[in-house]
Amino acid sequence: MKSLEELRKIREEAIKNVEMRNPDKDIRVVVGMATCGISAGARPVLSTFVDEVAKRNLNNVQVVQTGCIGMCTYEPIVEIYSPDKEKVTYIHVDSEKAKRIVAEHLVNGSVVREYTIGSEI
Amino acid sequence: MAIFRSHVLICGGTGCTSNKSQLVRERFEEKIKEVKLDKEVQVVGTGCFGLCEEGPIVIVYPEGSFYSRMNVDKVDEIVEEHLLKGRIVEKYLFKEKAKVEHAEEHKSLMEVQFYSKQKRVALRNCGLINPEDINEYIARDGYMALGKVLTEMTPEGVIQLMKEANLRGRGGAGFPAGVKWSFAAPNKADQKYIICNADEGDPGAFMDRSVLEGDPHAVLEAMAIAGYAIGATKGYIYVRAEYPIAVRRLHIAIEQARELGLLGKNIFNSGFDFDIDTRLGAGAFVCGEETALMQSIEGNRGMARVKPPFPANQGLWKKPTVINNVETLANIPQIILNGPEWFKSFGTAKSPGTKVFALGGKIINTGLVEVPMGITLREVIYDIGGGCPNGKAFKAVQTGGPSGGCLTADHLDTPVDYENLAAVGSIMGSGGMVVMDEDNCMVDIARFFLDFIVDESCGKCTPCRVGTKRMLTILERITQGKGTLEDLDELESLANSIKNSSLCGLGQTAPNPVLATLKYFKDEYIAHVVDKKCPAKHCKALLTYEIDKDKCTGCTLCARKCPVSCISGTVKNPHEIDQEKCIKCGNCYSVCRFGAVQKN
Repeated sequence: MKSLEELRKIREEAIKNVEMRNPDKDIRVVVGMATCGISAGARPVLSTFVDEVAKRNLNNVQVVQTGCIGMCTYEPIVEIYSPDKEKVTYIHVDSEKAKRIVAEHLVNGSVVREYTIGSEI
Repeated sequence: MAIFRSHVLICGGTGCTSNKSQLVRERFEEKIKEVKLDKEVQVVGTGCFGLCEEGPIVIVYPEGSFYSRMNVDKVDEIVEEHLLKGRIVEKYLFKEKAKVEHAEEHKSLMEVQFYSKQKRVALRNCGLINPEDINEYIARDGYMALGKVLTEMTPEGVIQLMKEANLRGRGGAGFPAGVKWSFAAPNKADQKYIICNADEGDPGAFMDRSVLEGDPHAVLEAMAIAGYAIGATKGYIYVRAEYPIAVRRLHIAIEQARELGLLGKNIFNSGFDFDIDTRLGAGAFVCGEETALMQSIEGNRGMARVKPPFPANQGLWKKPTVINNVETLANIPQIILNGPEWFKSFGTAKSPGTKVFALGGKIINTGLVEVPMGITLREVIYDIGGGCPNGKAFKAVQTGGPSGGCLTADHLDTPVDYENLAAVGSIMGSGGMVVMDEDNCMVDIARFFLDFIVDESCGKCTPCRVGTKRMLTILERITQGKGTLEDLDELESLANSIKNSSLCGLGQTAPNPVLATLKYFKDEYIAHVVDKKCPAKHCKALLTYEIDKDKCTGCTLCARKCPVSCISGTVKNPHEIDQEKCIKCGNCYSVCRFGAVQKN
C-alpha cells in the first residue's frame, strides 16, 4: 500500500458489494418476484436494477423483491417508494425499461410516465 | 466484481458454530446453486451478531430479515420462498421474547429491541462483514485511520488525540490508553513492542473472542497505529489457543494485510514498518496479567513480576512495550477517523465511549451487547437482556469475573462505568456479566470463583497461593453445613490480607467475590452456618428431601428411580425416604408427577 489514494480505490470497489447491508436508505425499488412476476421476466429486471444501482453508486437506493400484489397481468411490476412522494408503479418492465427508469427516475428524479400503470388505464 | 442482488449472512462465531451454523451455510450454498441463484445471491460467513441465545442466526439483505434458531431443515424453504419468490418466511423470523407486548415478528434487525438500545463502536463490523475478506473491512473505512495517521499526523499528534479521547482500558483496569502510550513513546530503544492482550480468561466472558472473530482487521489496524505512535515496529497478539476460530481468522487477516502492504515495510510510503505475529496461550488465567503475559511470550513460565519497572519502560525482552486489550484496540480506528469529540459524545464524562458486555447466566437473551457507558444495569439486564427466564426473580449480577463483585437488585439503577461500579463494591472488569436468580446460592457462587482462582494462581507469592486455598477450604466447609460464625470473620480477615499483600492483580482481586457476597448476602452465609440451611436450596449437603404423605399416591415411581433404594412404601400407599441413606441426588424430586416430594 503506497498511498491513501490506492486504499480509497480499493474501498470504492469494495463498497459496491457491502453497501446493500446498510439499512438507512431513502429510496426503495420493489420488484414483484412471485411466480407470475418471474414467469413474466422479473428476474433479469431485478438483476438490471441491482447492477445499474451499483454501477452508478446510488447509495441511497435499496433494491428488494416482493411477492404477488394481485395484478399479475401487469407483471413484471416495479414499485418505487421515495420519501415524501407518492409511490410510482411501473408495469411490463423489462431490462431496457429498467435502465431508463434508473437513469431518469432514480438519478434525475423524473418519473418515466409512459411506463407507469397510469399510462395504460 | 460481480454484484449480487441479495446477501445471506450466516453467523460463524463460536456460539453459532457450536450450534451447527456451518451445516446451515453449506445447505444454503447447495440449495442456492440448485435453484440457479448462485450468480445473484451471495452467502457470507460473518462474526458474532450478539444474540447468541437465538443462534444460529441468518440475516438476509437487502431486506435485513432476521432469521433465528436456524437449522438445515429450514434452509430450503427460505431459499424457495424468500430468495426465489421474494416472500419473507415469517414463521422463522426472530420473535422478541423480552417483553410480551413486543412479541410480534420483526422483519428487520434494527427493529429488535435487543439491538435498538445498543451503540456499536467496537462491534460495528461484527455480523456485518465477512471477517475473512479484507475488502469488506476496507469498504467499511478499514485502514483509513492508519492511512490518515501515517500520512497526515505525527506520533505526538496521535498520542495527543488519544489522550483527548480518554479511551480507558477495556480489559478492566480502566487506565487511559493515550497516557499509557505517552509513557512508552519517549523511551529510547533499538526495539519497542505493541502487544494485544487477547488472553480473555474470565468465566462467562467472550467479548474479545467475538471482536477477533468478527472484525480481526480492526485490531491489526489499531496495533499498527499504536506502533507508529510509540515507535514500535513489531506487534504480538497473545491469544488463547482455546479460541481456534479467532486464531484462524487472525492468521488469515494478517496474511491479507501483508499482501496489500498494510503490514510490512514502508506502509503508505511513510517509511514506517510494522508487522504482527500471534503467540498462542495455553489457557493460564494469570497470563492475562501483563507481566505474566510477557513472560509467556518470552517462553518462560507465566508468572507475574513486581512492577515497577512498568512495561512502558521495560517490557517484553526488557524493551519498552505497550499492552492493550482487544476491545480497547478495536475502538481506536473509529476514534482516529471521527475524532475525540465524537467518541466523548457517548458515555459519561469520566468514562467516555461504549463497553461490550457478555451477558450470561440466568438471562433470556444470552449474548453480546455494546452499550454506551452510563447506561443502568436495569436497562442492560431487562431492556436488552430480557430479564430472568421462567419468571424467576432476579437476585444478583456478577460483573468483572473472579476479580469482580456481585450487585443486588438495589443496585439495578447504578450507571455502568468504572467509578460507579467501584463505588458499590464491584468492578467494570473486562465485561462479563453473569446474572443470577433466586435459585443461585451466593455462598456457592463465591466458592465457585475461589475454586477457579485456586486452580489458576501461579503460586509465586504466598498470600495468593496459600491464602486463597485456605479461603476455599472455609467456603467448602460452609457449603457442607460444617461452618461456624468464626469462619465468616476468618474469611473476611484472610480476604483483606490477600488483597493487601498479593503480588499481582490476580491475587489482589481474588477475594472480591467473597467480600462482595459477604457484604450483600451475609444473611445467606448466616443461614448456612447457623441454621444449616441453604436459602436458595442449592447446596446439596444442606438439603433434605421429604415425601408429603397427603400428596403421595403410592405410584412407586420414585422408589424405582432411587439409585440407593432408600425410598420405602407399598403400591397405593404413601412412601417414605430414609434420611440416613439418602444421597440427595434429587431423582425422586424430578420424577414425581404429583409434587409430593419436597425439597427443604
